[in-house]
Amino acid sequence: MTAAQLELTGITKQYPGVLANDHIDLAIASGEVHALLGENGAGKSTLVKMIYGVVRADEGEIRWGGEPVKITSPSQARALGIGMVFQHFNLFETLTVAENISLGIDEEHDLKQLTSEIEEISEKYGLPLNPHQHVHALSVGERQRVEIIRCLVQDPKLLIMDEPTSVLTPQEVEKLFETLRRLSSEGCSILYISHKLDEIQALCDRATVLRHGKVTATCNPKEETPKSLAEMMIGSELPVCKRTAQARDSEVRLVVRNLTIPSPDPHGTDLKSINVTVHRGEVLGIAGVAGNGQKEFLAALNGEIMAAQGRIELNGAEISKVGPTERRARGLAFVPEERLGRGAVPDMSLSNNALLTGYREDMLSNGFIRFDKVRSYATAIRERFDVRSSGIEAEARSLSGGNLQKFIMGREIMMNPQLLILGHPTWGVDVGAATTIHQEIVDLAAKGTSVVVASEDLDELFEICDSIAVIAEGRLSPVKRTSETNVEEVGLWMSGQFEAGEGEVGHAA
Amino acid sequence: MDGFETTINILVGTIRAGTPLVFAALGELITEKAGVLNLGVEGMMLVGAVSGFIVTVLTGSPYLGILAAIAAGVLMALIFGGLTQFLLTNQVATGLALTIFGVGLSAFIGLNYIGTPIQGLQPIAIPGLSEIPVIGPLLFNHDFLIYLSIALLVLVSWFLYKTRAGLILRAVGESHDAAHAIGYSVVKIRLLAIMFGGGMGGLAGAYLSLVYTPQWAENMTAGRGWIALALVVFATWRPARVLIGAYLFGGITILSLHVQAAGDSVSSALSIIPNPVGEWILAVINSSHLLATLPYLATVVVLALISRDATKIRLNAPASLGRPFHPGA
Repeated sequence: MTAAQLELTGITKQYPGVLANDHIDLAIASGEVHALLGENGAGKSTLVKMIYGVVRADEGEIRWGGEPVKITSPSQARALGIGMVFQHFNLFETLTVAENISLGIDEEHDLKQLTSEIEEISEKYGLPLNPHQHVHALSVGERQRVEIIRCLVQDPKLLIMDEPTSVLTPQEVEKLFETLRRLSSEGCSILYISHKLDEIQALCDRATVLRHGKVTATCNPKEETPKSLAEMMIGSELPVCKRTAQARDSEVRLVVRNLTIPSPDPHGTDLKSINVTVHRGEVLGIAGVAGNGQKEFLAALNGEIMAAQGRIELNGAEISKVGPTERRARGLAFVPEERLGRGAVPDMSLSNNALLTGYREDMLSNGFIRFDKVRSYATAIRERFDVRSSGIEAEARSLSGGNLQKFIMGREIMMNPQLLILGHPTWGVDVGAATTIHQEIVDLAAKGTSVVVASEDLDELFEICDSIAVIAEGRLSPVKRTSETNVEEVGLWMSGQFEAGEGEVGHAA
Repeated sequence: MDGFETTINILVGTIRAGTPLVFAALGELITEKAGVLNLGVEGMMLVGAVSGFIVTVLTGSPYLGILAAIAAGVLMALIFGGLTQFLLTNQVATGLALTIFGVGLSAFIGLNYIGTPIQGLQPIAIPGLSEIPVIGPLLFNHDFLIYLSIALLVLVSWFLYKTRAGLILRAVGESHDAAHAIGYSVVKIRLLAIMFGGGMGGLAGAYLSLVYTPQWAENMTAGRGWIALALVVFATWRPARVLIGAYLFGGITILSLHVQAAGDSVSSALSIIPNPVGEWILAVINSSHLLATLPYLATVVVLALISRDATKIRLNAPASLGRPFHPGA
């Protein structure tokens, strides 16, 4: 075996209260595509941050090309030839592509020369990009290209990619893989972090699996099955969400007609004439790349932004002119994408957070709060939805993402809403909690609640939805039954290629 | 006095009234572009004004006074910088405290210098050019600081939009988390920007106490620090627009003075208008307090108009403005 490009031995990192990395060993050969697999909180991010010099290890040794090195800063990592594309992009929206890339380069350079270099690389690796454009005008996929090119202009020997596909359409994922394969064939090693098993099998030569900060396995993912990989990752069998019989029936619950809204945010997307109908017990999935109008659509349904034109009806009554409180009174419930700050108040206890939307459940008496009812409601949520916290008086911010999401979902579900609107319900949630959440959504629909769920995760939507549509550039694609379409078609819609549709699934008698 | 000469005087007065605002606003613009909101401009100006004045009295050299004013402004800014960048205090509260501190401190040090006469900074006529009619007195017969203010304006523009250091400064103000992740020292860059803002605030103060008045009086900045802050927003964080805003404000200040002076001649003309309307108008014109509010009123109106264009504000405003930076793990 050839000498490893990067070799980690015994890397340990202790954070207050948690051992993030416990004696991790990892070796990546030159030109190898190496997967780092694990659930949220398994310690993947901490590990790569140490390789990139953002965080210092407490113990252990890093060898680079056989030589022991101490990487103390990102610029030192870059000087060694390590590039990293973060999950949350480090881009400056009001600067141009070229300026953004320039900021990531430490050596003296000329912006004009850099611009032509960017054009060259973007041509060579199939990453189309205009260096003079401002970043705020770019799609998420294009932004990722900026990050990748920022690494490539420095001729890296190792490229670290932290969950790069979570924001891409299936077609964009395919193009990204082509680029990565090409890089690897040129001798560049790639450390690929993900919890998506199919991607790792498609792309990676070797995989290191982390669980609770420890290496649980090293394997060749192509010789494993998704099931065996999942077991290494979560330590038990991958739970599956059980669909009950089709709950959807002919009763119309939500009607959206010609909904048109100019976005209040200058970087946002305008909604253009959206038509959709959702029936009782139907789970409608709204797919699409973030920044295409999903956020605005959900806000419009919830009543945070008012429709400029068009109407929204819930159970036959127009609700487009009333605000969120009135809509909630009529049976609408909403779980936003941002848990802390929008779904829950970070500094308030779980019981007070339960009161915020659950007060209709008999928690008020002549304007006074009935704290006994609040407590019993919060306790009920915690027990039914298996929310792991120190108690109902724990601050919302002290919970992990998955646990807080279960709590917020529980708070809304316990009110038995007519219509539940969900934004990215399992974003950043680990596999176990995600399955619990999926099961709750499916069960709720079986009892007659209609659900509109926006997500970027197509696997999720195909798992839980009866019908699916895409919002691209503020327009809604045709709505199809999930059984009558597939990932490829939806992927095409996500890139904006569709004729404006009817907005209603043909109702089979 | 002939009308033509009056016009020239008003225009020259406009430039002189606008110049301290140019200094203070340019300094604050750099500070804000780095993502820091320093509301202590008024305080830094006052301390700069009194320090410059005292050093000029003691040494007889207004140029040494100017240097002292800059140094005093930087020191004041360092108090703010140390508190907000290292101890992570709230920027708004700290800035307000700095202004209150500056008002008190300057009054205290300047107590024995109120009314002391000095030889202020004299205009430098540029040979040849200053003799051109109209343009000469308007553009080429000013004191050193006015020329400096224009030079600094060009320098700041060039720095922000043409140099790598300026790019890094804008990046830090746009997203300190991203800048930190790429490997820039957010705190160091912000501290430098805060110091520059302080130096420029001190310089603005020196212009008031050494050229514009020239004398020391308690609280002599009379809210110009706040106007400078407003000007940065007015200019949507663009240096060239700071100049326009500063001269506009200066112009209205000077005009209101001239209107007050002209009040007497107007009163006879107005007596034709029947009571009580004529009396009312007269009362307004003769009330120096009301006229003195005119520049501030104009600023409010312009700010309200500018703020209507949300897109423009969003594209130029530093996105991290006023947000504290906690270097996370």
